[in-house]
Amino acid sequence: MRKRNSLRQELPLIIWLVIVWGALWSDFSVGNLLFGALIAVGITQLLYLPPVELGGRFNVLHGAGLTLNFLYQVVAGSIEVAYLALAKGPRLQNSVVAVRLRSSSDLVVTATGHIISLIPGSLVVEVDRSTSTLYLHCINVVSEDGADAMRATVRRIESRLIKTMGSKQELELIRNEPDQHPARSGEEGAS
Amino acid sequence: MNLQLVLDSIVAVCLICGALMSLAAAVGLLRFPDLMSRMHSATKPQVLGLLLMLTAIAIQLRSWSLVPLLVIAWIFQLLTSPVSAHMVGRSGYRTKHRHEELLKIDDLDQVVEAAAQYRAGEYRRAAEAGEKAEEAAAEQQDIALPDRDGPPENARFDDDESRH
Repeated sequence: MRKRNSLRQELPLIIWLVIVWGALWSDFSVGNLLFGALIAVGITQLLYLPPVELGGRFNVLHGAGLTLNFLYQVVAGSIEVAYLALAKGPRLQNSVVAVRLRSSSDLVVTATGHIISLIPGSLVVEVDRSTSTLYLHCINVVSEDGADAMRATVRRIESRLIKTMGSKQELELIRNEPDQHPARSGEEGAS
Repeated sequence: MNLQLVLDSIVAVCLICGALMSLAAAVGLLRFPDLMSRMHSATKPQVLGLLLMLTAIAIQLRSWSLVPLLVIAWIFQLLTSPVSAHMVGRSGYRTKHRHEELLKIDDLDQVVEAAAQYRAGEYRRAAEAGEKAEEAAAEQQDIALPDRDGPPENARFDDDESRH
């Protein structure tokens, strides 16, 4: 009863588990993958988790852009934190900034939080799921301008995520937001 | 031969940069002033450090069957380190590890404060309600006790039951 439409919902999870299985064995032969699929199905049936609600679409082009941008940001963020560790050290000052996201989908909020935690100087301290607000601890942000820049960054990442895998309603939400457009295009032109 | 040299130097650069990134993470852990800045240092440079190390391994060994394993190792690092940083940061914020003097802007402060007050108020109300209920129960007992000598409803009910 509780798994009425679960196979379609769990298919991405099963595929991912099969890939992990193949990678762990370093063996992508058909027999090994089939056995992995068997185990994956068994695991998803036995150890039941609440289904992840996917948006129902995936844009490869935006996904690739997001990945490349993410890798660039990881490098930039790591170097920035490393520099701060050496140059500023104990004199560091920070802020906790609230960012209201547009999407209410758990997947998009979680993915945004993950990406945010991995790129320049920000860490998710608290999530308010009812209003999809992220509270970020931002390293070396000492002014309202810095906080606004951080908010713009987060919302830009969210819009990229939604373009990649958000649902149609969320896409509409982004398109219909007039004040977000100039900021976003300006920022993208700068980066 | 020449290609080998080029690849070897790439591997060397990757390994050294990766090691430096991990070193920077360690330096940050030591030098940053409070728990939450230290979590930044624990999550970020070391993710890049691991990426560089894994890249070096992939280039050095040049076996395609190993690449998925390395990619998955990095993906799991990406998935787990923000979660642990979030959990530590979240609990750190609510305890003595939050240093207000290090926070210039704090949007969460009021939210947590309001939630704490709301909860405290709820507890107080619950406690008061509990006391009142006890008092009321005691009063009712006081009233009920003399009533029992008079015409008690309970007794009538009992009688009804016994008749059935």
